[in-house]
Amino acid sequence: MFTRSLAAASRNGAPIFAALGDETRLRIVAKLSDQGPLSIVRLTKGETMTRQAITKHLSVLADAGLVRDVRRGRERLWALEPSPLEVARRYLDLVSERWDAALGRLAALVETDDE
Amino acid sequence: MTTTTDRIEKQIVLRAAPARVWRALSNAREFGTWFGAEFQDDFAPGKDAHGKIKYQGKELTVTFAVERMEPERLLAFRWHPYAIDPTADYSSEPMTLVELALAAVPEGTRLTVTETGFDKIPIARRAKAFEMNSGGWAAQLDNIARHVHT
Repeated sequence: MFTRSLAAASRNGAPIFAALGDETRLRIVAKLSDQGPLSIVRLTKGETMTRQAITKHLSVLADAGLVRDVRRGRERLWALEPSPLEVARRYLDLVSERWDAALGRLAALVETDDE
Repeated sequence: MTTTTDRIEKQIVLRAAPARVWRALSNAREFGTWFGAEFQDDFAPGKDAHGKIKYQGKELTVTFAVERMEPERLLAFRWHPYAIDPTADYSSEPMTLVELALAAVPEGTRLTVTETGFDKIPIARRAKAFEMNSGGWAAQLDNIARHVHT
């Protein structure tokens, strides 16, 4: 699944900001974040738009690698998917934090016993 | 050309002479004390050094493929970064290159750490490392939700 959305993300350039630059799509992301995977019926509830219009928004989000559809039995649900770029960035943050901590310990080691 | 997600660079000025810093890098036992690993082998160019790492209560093995050792100048090795999933076999996956470069400065030693090659690590593996860290995506998505709601 990551491979597919990675391809989608690189094909579309900077799709994440474009995909999120819409009130309805932001609301969809928030709903999926709060409530987990949801069917199109649940996602349309409370919206003034038609099911078709919501489906279109979902496909924009899917192209950006932000959501994907999953089957649960006969039901088709939509779920959030962390974007590959976000994964890559957050991963570097993790590695970076680990180096910061290690270098702090290195400084403590070489700076204290040298006096 | 490296992308922004391929490389990490860190710099720190240590108030100690290059000779002292070099010992803390080149001596596997000393390296382990600040890096958080316990090495069974010495570091030598072209040789693998094996060690143990403790991560969230689990003991994992770590291997440094040491490439270059230039006293008081450079230590370079390859390894599998964030190889913290005890059920995973990392051996067939690409390694990153870590270079620790030393330069004498008036205050002591400037150490520059660069780690490159992250883009070759499978994205699913990178996601896994993040998941295994506290919170993971759940926390991240909470942040988005909070941002959207305000």
